[in-house]
Amino acid sequence: MSDAVLTRLSGLAVDRFGAGAEALGPDDDLFDTLGIDSLQALDLLTDIEEAFDVEIPDYEIQGVTTLSGLAEVIGRHR
Amino acid sequence: MDFVGQTLSWRHQGPTIEVELHRAPLNEIGTTTLSELEQLADYVRQGGGGAKALVWWSSRPGFCAGADLRELHGGLLQRRDRFDGLGPLAKRGLRRVARPLVRRQIRRFIDRIHTVFDTLDMAPMTTVAACHGVVFGGGFELALTADLIVAERSARFCFPELRLGIIPGFGGVPRLNRDVGNALVRDLLLTGRSLNAKRAQAAGLVSQVVPKGEGLNAARRVAAQAARYEDATRIAAKRFLKPLPVAELARERDIFCDLVTRPETLAALQRFVDDDSAQPYLS
Repeated sequence: MSDAVLTRLSGLAVDRFGAGAEALGPDDDLFDTLGIDSLQALDLLTDIEEAFDVEIPDYEIQGVTTLSGLAEVIGRHR
Repeated sequence: MDFVGQTLSWRHQGPTIEVELHRAPLNEIGTTTLSELEQLADYVRQGGGGAKALVWWSSRPGFCAGADLRELHGGLLQRRDRFDGLGPLAKRGLRRVARPLVRRQIRRFIDRIHTVFDTLDMAPMTTVAACHGVVFGGGFELALTADLIVAERSARFCFPELRLGIIPGFGGVPRLNRDVGNALVRDLLLTGRSLNAKRAQAAGLVSQVVPKGEGLNAARRVAAQAARYEDATRIAAKRFLKPLPVAELARERDIFCDLVTRPETLAALQRFVDDDSAQPYLS
């Protein structure tokens, strides 16, 4: 995974969830750290699909809880 | 005639009826919503006060998360609770009697919602659904009764029913089959994945994708344009473009009612109701 993808993902998380997401590390758990639920995760998925121009079926992000995990999934679809 | 209900309200705006869904948290469809939808369907059947268009919108964070699964589960469980304290033979005997009773109860609910959705599908006015956020299960099925779907970028369309051991029961699959190709219908149903607004537009399901917060305004503009045309022409065009898939809808009702009373479905509903994790919509 590239740093550019992670940086962009981090920016999307900040845009979606606010300043609290700025300190989020690549391997921090999004759900635990930000206290988000699955509906908010789907909002982030929509942001990711738009930003990276990819289509990611929900089942591919089941159990993915970190930015680095999301970056790997994005990598499979680019 | 305007209406203010517990789960939805409607009001006339010029030639358009605007129906607001406002039940917390996400417009789950239970018996109260069904009763109020029946009132709307009656009104539409009687001509809707001469309205030429109807717009669906939600003032909640999503369009609609589907059927009220907690209510459905509660209804099924109530029947089972009556067996507590009985011996195994008595339980088995009563279950044999109770299962058809539960099935009949669910069948009545499904028949009622099909009558409402069919009426709304064939409404004499042009109907537009303004969708954002979650458009899941029964909410997706409601949107599919509309002639046109306008989606904000945040909208996601999904049929998660197979996770619960059932198929969509409010007419969704026959209506989706009518509108888009087999590959998409099967992908949505058999994997339970969701689609974003852009992909839904590419598939021909959504007519316009608009920015966040613009769905209702865009739907109003569509409705205002559609309302310019003469009633008889619009009704003839709708009948031609959007015939009701009667046989498939009837078959769907039977399959749904067969599946929903199985112990596997009850167990899956129990898991959903008990799920307090942050990811119930990603399971």
